[in-house]
Amino acid sequence: MIRLEGITKSFAGKEGAVVALDGIDLTIAKGEIFGIIGSSGAGKSTLVRLINLLERPTGGEVFVAGERVTDAKGERLRDLRRSIGMVFQHFNLLSARTVAGNVAYPLELTGQYGRVEIAERVAALLARVGLSEHAKKYPRQLSGGQKQRVGIARALASEPQVLLCDEATSALDPQTTGAVLDLLRQINRDLGVTIVLITHEMDVIRRTCDRVAVLDRGRVVEEGPVTDVFLHPRHAATLRLVREAEPDGGSLDAVAASDLGGRAVRLTFTGAAAHQPILGRIACENLVDYAILAGRVGHIRETPYAQFTVSLSGRDVAGAIAGLRASGVDVELQAGIPLPQLEERPRHVV
Amino acid sequence: MSFENLYWGDIGAALAQTLAMVGGALLLTVLVGLPLGILLFLTGRQQLFQAPVAYGSLSFVLSIIRSVPFIILLIVLMPVTVLVTGTSLGIRGVIFPLVVGTAPFFARLVETALREVDRGIIEASLAMGASTTQTIFRAVLPEALPSLLAAITVTAIVLVDYTAMSGAIGGGGLGDLAIRYGYHRFQTEIMLVCVAILIVFVQLIQASGNRLVTHFSRK
Repeated sequence: MIRLEGITKSFAGKEGAVVALDGIDLTIAKGEIFGIIGSSGAGKSTLVRLINLLERPTGGEVFVAGERVTDAKGERLRDLRRSIGMVFQHFNLLSARTVAGNVAYPLELTGQYGRVEIAERVAALLARVGLSEHAKKYPRQLSGGQKQRVGIARALASEPQVLLCDEATSALDPQTTGAVLDLLRQINRDLGVTIVLITHEMDVIRRTCDRVAVLDRGRVVEEGPVTDVFLHPRHAATLRLVREAEPDGGSLDAVAASDLGGRAVRLTFTGAAAHQPILGRIACENLVDYAILAGRVGHIRETPYAQFTVSLSGRDVAGAIAGLRASGVDVELQAGIPLPQLEERPRHVV
Repeated sequence: MSFENLYWGDIGAALAQTLAMVGGALLLTVLVGLPLGILLFLTGRQQLFQAPVAYGSLSFVLSIIRSVPFIILLIVLMPVTVLVTGTSLGIRGVIFPLVVGTAPFFARLVETALREVDRGIIEASLAMGASTTQTIFRAVLPEALPSLLAAITVTAIVLVDYTAMSGAIGGGGLGDLAIRYGYHRFQTEIMLVCVAILIVFVQLIQASGNRLVTHFSRK
């Protein structure tokens, strides 16, 4: 649906050019919810603005729906932008227009719709986001969550194939954030709209996205399904973002683990495995004791997961590890603990 | 001082002239100043049509006009006024210099008002596929409407002030009456009545301006 090839973007700064994006290659599939996460200054807002060409790349190519759009201009550019809705952190609603007027705005721009048709479509859009009774209010009379719903309805008005969300929940409280994310998922499900979601919060990615790219200092440092990136972060930037969401992140520092008597392993249960008593059963079978050192339990979208770092001790530790792996548990040996008789297998066994 | 032999007929006629001058000049000032203000806004730094040379030149010319005291501008402009309107006297002769004097001022106020519109709104409008023209007329100007109304109010009051000055060179109106009778003929009571009427007039403009601003404020 969206393909970015070798994108670079630099801005003129006081002391020469500042590189904001440095060789970005990304492919976003039709109908998925793709997250782009990074701390502030990583370049994510610039990246998302390249997709609808609010920013022009310094180098590289942008493809939308298979078409090269890098230097689209005039009517072609405006058509492209109509096929890509955008939701903003600070809503950016027109304060002089009512809720209905805001949603009608993109429809009025095209000049293709009569007043009656616009009114019908606006009513349908407001019903979709649950704001039908607020149609005649002005934005300042609404709460933050309601304003963002108006923003979403407005972005959907021209029936876009893609929805860009630039920190759409960052100005909202946690409860409202949840409701807005649910709405986005529902829209993705019902309308098949491809959603690109920019955020600095791993929690938003975990609850909403199918795949994620981690942006750090203008580069994509990690990319993949959310289950992989979230449960097995490889890059320091990713780990930092995971730890912001879950302070112990399910694993221990190597130093702390090596002080323990047993063998420290990190176990990841996903899907059905997360609900079964696998660890206890295997510990019994192999006459092994375990101490839970760190852990996290939750959901990645609808998929349950549990991740524990445990210290295994007792008769047949190697057998227990083999048994866990056979039961579909992903086992990672924690650094600093030698276990010569076992080769570490590739990760993502599930 | 006696208020018994006031020339009420003259005062009424002068008030009508002042109203005509302020009204006519205000309309033309808005018609000239608004596009100039929009142009200043668009060509300004980091705006939609950033153009430092165009912005700098326009800004320079407007500032020069604004630096000339209005009473001097009136005199300097006389030959041009005669060319444009055929006379430098009366209402017809005064509206042209009034517009030249206030349009640059109004254009600056428009520029400031438009700059205060949240950049995010412009970005959102463009992201929805609006052209620049659509963005200006359907998003930026409506968003700036309260500030623009406030700018028109301030400009109207400046015009009242300037019409009084134009009385000095034969422009007519309450200012002219106040100077001719009140100053040159020592009829202080006429001057006082003229000033009182002007005070009421300015208060009315300000009050109705404020009401309009409040009515259109949605923030």
